Parts: sequence; structure tokens; C-alpha cells
Amino acid sequence: MDIFLQQILNGLVLGSIYALIALGYTMVYGIMGLINFAHGEVVMFGAMVTISIIGMLTGMGLSLPGPVVVLLALMLAIPVCMLMGFAIERIAYRPLRNAPRLAPLITAIGLSIVLQNVAILIWGRNYIPFPPLLPHDPINVLGASITDLQVFIVISAIAIMAGLLFMVEKTKLGRAMRATSQNPAVAGLMGVNVNTIISATFVLGAGLGAVAGVMVAANYDQAHSHMGFLIGLKAFTAAVLGGIGNLGGAVVGGILLGVIESLGAGYIGDLTGGFLGSHYQDIFAFAVLILVLVFRPSGLLGERVAERA
Amino acid sequence: MSLLEVKNLKVAYGGIQAVKGIDLHIDQGELVTLIGANGAGKTTTLRTLVGMVKPAEGTIQYDGKPTGKTPVFDFVRKGLVMVPEGRGVFGRLTVEENLRMGAYYRNDESAIRSEIDYVYELFPRLKERMTQLAGTLSGGEQQMVAMGRAMLSKPKLLLLDEPSMGLAPIIVQKIFEIVQMISKQGVTILLVEQNAKLALEISDRGYVMESGRITMSGAASELLSSDAVQKAYLGE
Repeated sequence: MDIFLQQILNGLVLGSIYALIALGYTMVYGIMGLINFAHGEVVMFGAMVTISIIGMLTGMGLSLPGPVVVLLALMLAIPVCMLMGFAIERIAYRPLRNAPRLAPLITAIGLSIVLQNVAILIWGRNYIPFPPLLPHDPINVLGASITDLQVFIVISAIAIMAGLLFMVEKTKLGRAMRATSQNPAVAGLMGVNVNTIISATFVLGAGLGAVAGVMVAANYDQAHSHMGFLIGLKAFTAAVLGGIGNLGGAVVGGILLGVIESLGAGYIGDLTGGFLGSHYQDIFAFAVLILVLVFRPSGLLGERVAERA
Repeated sequence: MSLLEVKNLKVAYGGIQAVKGIDLHIDQGELVTLIGANGAGKTTTLRTLVGMVKPAEGTIQYDGKPTGKTPVFDFVRKGLVMVPEGRGVFGRLTVEENLRMGAYYRNDESAIRSEIDYVYELFPRLKERMTQLAGTLSGGEQQMVAMGRAMLSKPKLLLLDEPSMGLAPIIVQKIFEIVQMISKQGVTILLVEQNAKLALEISDRGYVMESGRITMSGAASELLSSDAVQKAYLGE
């Protein structure tokens, strides 16, 4: 029983991070019909830039408490990643706005490779430790344990997602985003500058990605220049699971995928009689992706795809 | 001076010339209709007027200024508002959200609120369905949303692309009454229609368009009684 609860808790932590990243995929898809495969790289940059800034801040000899240093670094890394998101759309995708769908898709993959290599040039190929500035005190929950950092990750992820959903559902910008995703030509007639809305979408998604990147790095105490690939792919899976283009779906899909993956990792040893160990946990995410694509391509909360035609 | 002045407008779509050099003008306060068969270039003409399509040749002057470099999203701020063919309602926004999109460029919240209430007075059906997704409404109700939304954009010149398309006659009647009412409030209107008889009956002037050219123009009453129009469009 305590394994079960433990894996559920781990899954919630992982899942809330997936959900944050999945929102970036799904927002961009909703508005442009494009899978921005470079999004995982933005997540990685969020982690790496934050670690570099923490290094600079501690190098300055400021005597601030650890969590404050991390938050400060994150606040500086978020605009860096937002600028990156803005530039990615502006430079790589906008010139291909009217190109066949395959062109931006291949560009996305190419861009992802380029950004990974830029990261290698800056930070090298090795794992970089996340500075030990955050408390990792375990809290006992009915025999399972979760650290206070993880509790903070889950709560802040949920708060950020709630804020985003509120923005999209209730504000003028959000309304314009939804209108643009449904019919950009008519939104333009209403006075919406579609290019601005698309830029805003990329910037917002990149901001969420930066936060998620730092959460990943803080949770595993490390970051590296190729971390964006796997986590990006898993968050993409989460977005597909929830129904790509659907914000609520990304949240549900992210958390569900995190829990499925954790439970899978917890029980795979028992299930296969010890043949496969918990390091095979990645197969669960991609098994989910394949199953969803085969049996329910529109995802759990997905929109009817035909409507977009 | 004309509110809209179009000279020698030519538009080409991927090699096909849809509009082959037309002249037209609309004076302040007029209700003008552009009639013609399917594929005559009417919709292309309207889309060009609001910058969705770039002309190959010719000039468009609106309110005394050429519109050549104006981006699409700026036309509504200048009072040039179009209700597109097929209504262009945002299906997954509620009725009220659709209306609010019409007022997107405005910031006078209290005026917007009272104008939305006015639209609900004109179309009580929309008030009943204000929280419903517009995609779940009937065609007629969607056209009401599109008209109401256009009113919230405070048009000086309103372009209507086939508002009667696909609607039951009784709904068409209602829509045309609203068009007349908007016109009486001082809004200049260019109405594109296949339903020539109805359109001419409420208009001041009309243009007839055939395969990219204007073949006839004049007072609506003259066009209504002309043999050529009667034969081609009124089926008599």
C-alpha cells in the first residue's frame, strides 16, 4: 500500500511539471496547428540559465537565503526564455506560416537540434548539479514521503495553471487568443493583430516552460543540455493524451501521465518478475502515446478534429 | 465626396483574375447593393476592400485616404467593418463573447455593455442564448450574432457578404429589416447579395457584377425594373 501511495505522490509531482510543459505545446497547437518540438529545449534553457544565474548571484557574495536566490534567478530566467520563445516564432515559424504543414514540423525538429547544440557550446555535455539551496525535508504522508520542495512544486504548478486558465477564459487577451485559434481571418477583421496574439502565445508557453525546467532541475538536483528532448516528448504525449489544443486536457493529461509513469515504474519489477527494472519507466509514457494515437487520437478532452478543416 | 471610391480594381487569385477592373463608389449614408451570380467576384471585391486580399491594380480610397498599406486589423478602427460570407461566428465562443469580440478594439466598457443590451433587445433570441456556444445556434441565430457583433464594431461603412445565404425566408426578412434599420441610423452599407430582388428593394443604388466586371449600375428602382436584371436575376 505504501508503494502505491508513494508512487501516486511521485506521479503528482512529475505530472504537474508535465502539465506545465504540455500547456506550452497545446497553446501553440491550438493557435497555429503546429507542434513546436523546440519547446523541450526552452524548458532545458530555463533550467540551465537559472543555474548559471544562481552561480553569478552566489558569486557576488550576497547573503540571501537559498530559496530567495533560486526564485530571483528564476525571475531573471523567465524573461530570457520568453524572449527565446518570441524569437523562435519570429525567426523560424513565421516565414513558414503559409507553407505546407511538413515544413514547419521539420523546422521545429531542426531548431530543437540547433538549440541543443547551442546549449552544449555554452554549458558542455555534462550533468550540471543544481546548487543545494533548497530544503528537501521529507514529510511523512501515511507511510509515504514527499519533500517540502515537491509540495511547493505541485502547489505552485497548480496555481500557475489556474492563473493561465483564468487568463484564457476570462480576459480580453484570452478571448482574442481563443478567437484567433478558431478563425484567424475573422479575428483579424475584429481588430485582433493575429501576429501579436501568436507571439503572446509563444511567450506565455515559454514562460511556463522555464518554470517547469527549474522544477525538474530542482527536483532531480541536476540539469543537462539534452534533458529537453525526453521531457519535451513526454509533455507532448501528455498534451496528446489530454487532447491537443485543449488547455484543460493538457493539465489532466500531464498529471495522468505522471501518475501512470510513476505507478508503472513502481510495479514494473513485480509485473515482469524482476526482468525489467524501474529504469524502464519511459516505456509507459510512450505506450500511452501509441495507445492514444491508435484508439482515441483526439485525446481524452479533445476537440473534434474535423472542425478545424 | 464619396466615403468609398474604387477605381480600376483588379484582383488575381493564383493566376485567375477574379476582378477585372471595376469602378464603384459609395456616398455617405447610402445603402448600395452589389448583385451577381455565384463566382462573379463579389466576395473577392469585399475581401479586397478590407485588406484580406491585395489588389493587383487599381486604387481604393476610404474616407478620402488610400487604404493600400493598412493592415487588416486596422480597418475596423477606421469604421470599415465586414460581416464575412458564412457569418464567421466563433463557434466555441459564447454568444456574449462573440459580441464582445466585435468591440475588441474599444475600451469604453460601459458603452459596450449598453450596446450589447441593445443587441439583445433587437434579437431577444440571443439574450436567451447569451451563455451558449455560438456553434450550437441555428444559421439564422448565427447571422444575428454576426450582425450584432458588427454593430458593436461601430461601423461607418458596413460590408455585408450574403447575409441571407442558407436562411429560411422568414429569417431573411428579419435580417433585412435589421439592415434597413442600421442604414437608417446613418451607417453606410454595401450589401452583397444573390437574392437580387430583396437586396434591390431596400437599396438606394445597385451594381450588377458579372465574371469580374460591373455590367450595370444605377438607382435600385431602375435596376429592379430593367429587363436585363429581371431576366438574369429575378427569374421573371
